[in-house]
Amino acid sequence: MRPRPNFAPRKVNLRELMSRTIRIKKGADIRLKGRPSPQVEAASATATYAVQPPNYQGIVPKLEVKEGAAVQAGSILFHSKEHPSVKFLSPVSGTVKRIQRGEKRRILSVVMDADGKGESRSFEKIDPATCDAQRMKEAMAERGFFPFVEQRPFATVANPEDMPRSIHVSGFDSSPLAPEMDVVLAGREAAFQSGVKALQCLVGGDAIHLGSRKGQKFFDGMEGVNLTVFDGPHPVGNVGVQIHHTAPINKGETVWTLHAEDVANLGETLTSGVYCAKRTVAVAGSEHASPKHMTTTLGCEVKTLTGGSIDEESVRIVSGNPLTGSRTEASGHLGGLHRQVCLLPEGNKSKFLLADGWLGFGFDKFSLSRSYPTWLLPKSKEFTMDTCNNGEERAFVVTGQYEPVFPFEIYPVQLLKSILANDIDAMEKLGIYEVAPEDFALCEYACTSKIAVQSIVREGLDRLMKELG
Amino acid sequence: MKAAHKLLDAVRPHFEEGGKLSKFWVVYDSLETFAFTPGHSTKNGVHIRDGVDLKRTMFMVILALVPALLFGTWNQGHQYLLSIGQISVADPLMMAFMDKMFIGAVKVLPLVVVSYGVGLGIEFLFAGMRGHSINEGYLVSGMLIPLIMPVDVPLWMVALAVAFAVIIAKEVFGGTGMNILNVALTARAFLFFAYPKQLSGEIWIHQVKASADAGLLADGYTGATALGHLASTVGKAPTDAAATGVMDMFGTEGMFSLTNSFLGLIPGSIGETSALAILIGAVMLIWTGIGSWKIMSSFLVGGLVMGLLFNLMGLNAYMTLPAIHQVVMGGFMFGMVFMATDPVSASQTERGKWIYGFFGGFLSIMIRVFNPAYPEGVMMAILFMNVMAPLIDHYVIQANVGKREKRMLSTQEATA
Repeated sequence: MRPRPNFAPRKVNLRELMSRTIRIKKGADIRLKGRPSPQVEAASATATYAVQPPNYQGIVPKLEVKEGAAVQAGSILFHSKEHPSVKFLSPVSGTVKRIQRGEKRRILSVVMDADGKGESRSFEKIDPATCDAQRMKEAMAERGFFPFVEQRPFATVANPEDMPRSIHVSGFDSSPLAPEMDVVLAGREAAFQSGVKALQCLVGGDAIHLGSRKGQKFFDGMEGVNLTVFDGPHPVGNVGVQIHHTAPINKGETVWTLHAEDVANLGETLTSGVYCAKRTVAVAGSEHASPKHMTTTLGCEVKTLTGGSIDEESVRIVSGNPLTGSRTEASGHLGGLHRQVCLLPEGNKSKFLLADGWLGFGFDKFSLSRSYPTWLLPKSKEFTMDTCNNGEERAFVVTGQYEPVFPFEIYPVQLLKSILANDIDAMEKLGIYEVAPEDFALCEYACTSKIAVQSIVREGLDRLMKELG
Repeated sequence: MKAAHKLLDAVRPHFEEGGKLSKFWVVYDSLETFAFTPGHSTKNGVHIRDGVDLKRTMFMVILALVPALLFGTWNQGHQYLLSIGQISVADPLMMAFMDKMFIGAVKVLPLVVVSYGVGLGIEFLFAGMRGHSINEGYLVSGMLIPLIMPVDVPLWMVALAVAFAVIIAKEVFGGTGMNILNVALTARAFLFFAYPKQLSGEIWIHQVKASADAGLLADGYTGATALGHLASTVGKAPTDAAATGVMDMFGTEGMFSLTNSFLGLIPGSIGETSALAILIGAVMLIWTGIGSWKIMSSFLVGGLVMGLLFNLMGLNAYMTLPAIHQVVMGGFMFGMVFMATDPVSASQTERGKWIYGFFGGFLSIMIRVFNPAYPEGVMMAILFMNVMAPLIDHYVIQANVGKREKRMLSTQEATA
């Protein structure tokens, strides 16, 4: 077996070591109204399902089906041009309704008409306990699980040919209006355990890292994981933050990350032989009448989750969380990696300066800056926030604003400036290998100058990846 | 407010591309975005944005300047009436309140108007040329500049200084956020070096020369500031008669006593005299989180440390002045709260801010005592630290880079 690297010892105090609890102080919880209740409801089946290549970073799709082709759940729709073993499977049985293309004939989505028969391609049942790394990789590729594996550096879909140093799974989501992972995974202990065992085949026993939230019970007794308990505000649930505080990524190292629900789906697919693309989604936001959790399948129609009719002039539908998600419509489909649909009021009306504009008192405006009086209100108060930009884009002026919400030992502004200056050497030195755009989401939220921080980080990662070939 | 917005919408076509007034688009745009936060909604990335923007941030700083502005206006009238003996120090401060405010306002308002008029005019010009929207940076600089001017400075000099500062210190670097030097201090430094003669002696109290010529000047009034008096003691032994005479003015009964200096009842630049008014502004800046408390506190510590070191040396009368008295005099407090904390020209790393602030305060007191040709050391010290700030940041960041490299090497060793 390949020798495993020892990680540089992280400085921990004795108390942390004993309980393996890491408390992260930097960050912020944006207290949005409309958090999902723990109630779970099964969403009704929808007419169409879609797999959308742009949801997966760095994927250029090569189609394996044509419009009109009959598919089963688990049939291959397309694969990655660069890494053909990254295969994308159909979540349902039916026919390929249309292949939607955008500019330069880029494929935006492959839409299936579901026939409701629930026919499924059957895979060989695999016991993860008795499997080697190569066989497990092939099995995962065959069962279409590589699209759900993200790698760092670069925050793209993982390359199956790589040997990751370690695999990291965050056991909870701390983003605004996020689903409760204990609700998402309820009753799936065995499936999750099988998934962990499968990942163990790839990297060995001590290289699976799992971060759970303080007080969370689900992962107690889970075997084969390095469990670390985290405590603190968002983005503590971001896997990147957890990696940084347990086993930071050095230049030249690669790690893989998965969503906890996909770990359970992987376990279930391997043991049952049937492709499982379950999605438990938090349907939330101030514009939703009864925010809750719903179970559905990858790529379902958004309107079955939101229910009712939505005035899309005044309500924005976000697939994903309000900080990193993408805008969609009621007729659109749930993003491939998303577990959240949020309904937020549109902020496309101008606001008079003294009323609710930039100079108003703002007793109802949530802000991380203390220039609004709401920071004095009790922490239990929740706010409605619209999608207004609340100002225009400016150059970097205010300093010391990103650091308090960025729990990395990295200088965020300097890293951003090195990206803007296209200074590859400086990007490397300043720690770009450890970050993903989502880790900067709170910086972007807090920015006084309204800079598009996440897209700058994405640009930097893409440029670096290109440079390194 | 709907009517106002309708009006703006109605005239909009004239300013848009192809309209008669399209050259003035910047003016229209800045007015509209000033009156109404635009209904631009988020596109990619985050869907919700914090309520704070640069306009609000800058406005908070202006609010924090209001106590110093109001006090300064009053104090200029107060000093004038004292200098011609119409009132005496024994009179209640509120006596002739309206007279004092009026005399002050007549001098201060034109300064504010000239500063904003010239500064914003140049900003509009550059924004128009570059096709940018107006940046809010000058809203604060425009208020800072009058507050660090002597009361009788000729308006044309202010206009010249503002033009120099905005063009040379800011616009040539690319505008707000890109400058290396603090814009307001650059304006002050320009006057200091371009017109040294006019800026010394006779303009710190309103019409002090005319009063002297007319024989109206009260006893003890020369029109010099506290630092001006103190500078005259440098080079003399502490026991020298002239030096002790000056130092008496700083005793408990003197014109520049600690109480008077703290409250600001002394001649000096318009906004700088009252440590109390400035500290009220400091509380507002720290409360809203807009001014860096790290810079302010380390700046204060730096000044006190240098003051104490001088106390220990005691080589001349100036050095024997208590450190606490040093920091409430002259522009120290104003520089500490409003100039050193300018986020663009200060250190940008949190660790760097401690270093930057400390040396800013330290050098301020050092320059003023060592070099009587520069009675106001704060200006020189902050401008110097502005230049040094990128260097400080460089080393702070290198330490972080080094840490990461070390981590990588130790991992490689462990693997090997």
